[in-house]
Amino acid sequence: MYDELPVPLTAAQVNTDLTRNITQTGWLWWAILGLFGSVFGWGALVFAYQIYNGMGAYGNNRPIYWALPIINFVFWAGVALSGTMISAILRLLHAGWRRSLTRMTETLTVCALAVAGVFPLLHIGRNWTFFWMLAYPNERQLWPNYKSPLLWDATAISVYLTTSVIFWYSGLIPDFAILRERTQGWRRTLYTVLCLGWRGTDREWRRLKVLFGILTVMIIPVFVSLHTIVGWDFGMSIVPGWHSNIFAPYFVCGALYSGCGAVLIIMYCVRRSFHLEQYILPKHFDNIGKVLFSISLLWFYFFAGDAWSDWFSRDPSHINWLYFMFHGYKWVLALILVFGILVPFSMLAFGKVRRTPWLMLLVGISVNIAMFSERVTVVIPAPSRNILTWGNYTPNWVGISVTAGAIGLFGFLYTLLSKFIPIVSIWEFREGDHAEGLERVGGGEMPVVIREEAIG
Amino acid sequence: MPDAKELAAERSSGPSGSGEGQLERDSLPYSKDTEGGRPTRKWAMTIDLDRCTGCHACETACAAENNIPVVGEQQAHQGRLHQWIRVERYWEGSYPNVKARFMPIPCQHCDNAPCEPVCPVYATYHNPEGLNAMAYNRCVGTRYCGNNCPYDVRMFNWFEHSWDEPLNQHLNPDVTVREKGVMEKCTFCVQRIRRAEEKSDAEGRELEPDEFTTACAQACPPKAITFGNVKDDRWSVSKLWNDPRRFRLLEELGTSPAVVYLKTVED
Repeated sequence: MYDELPVPLTAAQVNTDLTRNITQTGWLWWAILGLFGSVFGWGALVFAYQIYNGMGAYGNNRPIYWALPIINFVFWAGVALSGTMISAILRLLHAGWRRSLTRMTETLTVCALAVAGVFPLLHIGRNWTFFWMLAYPNERQLWPNYKSPLLWDATAISVYLTTSVIFWYSGLIPDFAILRERTQGWRRTLYTVLCLGWRGTDREWRRLKVLFGILTVMIIPVFVSLHTIVGWDFGMSIVPGWHSNIFAPYFVCGALYSGCGAVLIIMYCVRRSFHLEQYILPKHFDNIGKVLFSISLLWFYFFAGDAWSDWFSRDPSHINWLYFMFHGYKWVLALILVFGILVPFSMLAFGKVRRTPWLMLLVGISVNIAMFSERVTVVIPAPSRNILTWGNYTPNWVGISVTAGAIGLFGFLYTLLSKFIPIVSIWEFREGDHAEGLERVGGGEMPVVIREEAIG
Repeated sequence: MPDAKELAAERSSGPSGSGEGQLERDSLPYSKDTEGGRPTRKWAMTIDLDRCTGCHACETACAAENNIPVVGEQQAHQGRLHQWIRVERYWEGSYPNVKARFMPIPCQHCDNAPCEPVCPVYATYHNPEGLNAMAYNRCVGTRYCGNNCPYDVRMFNWFEHSWDEPLNQHLNPDVTVREKGVMEKCTFCVQRIRRAEEKSDAEGRELEPDEFTTACAQACPPKAITFGNVKDDRWSVSKLWNDPRRFRLLEELGTSPAVVYLKTVED
């Protein structure tokens, strides 16, 4: 890594560079916030329209009871999956290059999961009774039904959101302390509260390390469980095309795929908007690109395996939905094949492409288009060709507005947070600077790597 | 959730009924509905496809009995028609040698209903008399039950429904009018079951065989539909229940429906 650092950065320079997104606010930031905010605002208005009129506003029917809200839910839960995962797995593997990426990917998870969490509330028929699905002692004398995969789902999401927020916030504490020193006025008060009295003593650092050791290991089963359970929402049902035991690993893999694509998009946007070219290097794009490439192969295997096993069953009801997918949804399938397979395979195989940030942005967008389309083909064709009743679903302006509103909400949250937190972890970056670099030993300089302490 | 025992005890000790019979029932919490802890009633239906002419009278009767909203042509075209019982029509052969086959499909009240375990709020559950009951007030509208019903008999209230004058005066006061955002489906005319029970309670006697029936069965001109308690051999439904022509819809899924179809007799 040391050979790629153009010039060694001093500690003061790092602090200045990495807090610039907080200390300086340009008109462009306001413009972007306003853009995302207005898209989100439109989505929120449409949601109000839906509550007033009823779920039928989405154009759903019998037997296609679920449509765009659930597609969005699965998609955003998938986008959220990779952020904390990349951070946790790379921490566990002591990969030094993670340091520039951890914060922005964790923030990605927090924002995307918040968006995903909105959709189960948005999609139910009586939105105002959503809290009836929560387990709390209530006047109805009813405990929720834990046989229902929806309840497992709600549990998995809230656990992942909670652990991700704790993970994200713990990493932020030392950075809030740096910001406390560098800001004035109400911000100083804010960061004084947020940094929880961090002074940077040895004991505090040691405790933070132990906390990260525990959280890193604990969060890995949580993110596997999250998308496994999203898969079980479908896999546990009796609908031909959903009733499949491949769904749990298939969904986890698909979520990793779209999540890593989203990580690439975020890396590019953050690097470009906050001028972090010295912190987010082509090497980072290269590494994430390699991860994405291997996941894309695995995902393609599952994608083909799912269709294959349904076809192989020769069960008429399974053949019906498969036939419908390959005919009625052939354009959506074409999107998957082009953007999810052709584009990533042809681009990620080349090191030169992986090291070109704007090309990797295109790969990230392409993967996410493909994965959204894949969720469309999972959620809609199977119930459209149910055993006894067939139907068709066409998205209308309500569904499209809410889908756009989700992107707006995500962008709004991320843009807003980028004004309050250092988008690259300052302390982790500086720690890395010390751990890997040139050290003067006697008369000459030599590259050194300090191994991180084993977790324990 | 109060369990079956409590419910049964509550009802048998309720204010309805009087006289010696009532005293006897009060001393034994299960005397009315159960025998040794097991329910003595299992509501079931047989539909003789050989008799069915496909006249749709059952659909009409059901709509009148159960306050089923009339959604209009456009909504029906978009797949949001409300029918608690629907007559499916299948064509066999090709023109001119075509034959129409009809199959009325109400909720099958499966003993092993796929819709029940997926409901997060117990809005749909199995009662001890074999009814797949629906508590509208508990429903939050996740529509998972609708997805998971292989017979597609669950209707969702996509919009708030209204009844134009004078149809709003025709609503059945015994049946809840459902608001937007909840699921609904055939109840086996539970209001008729309860009314008959209350009547027999008040008269201090047990339910007579074939004392009442569902709206669809009552309206069926060729008497294709038979409804009743299959645990009591005196009901007509019990006689048809084990008919050699019997089959159950999508039985291979293991749902164990409470609706038995009797095959058409071929010429």
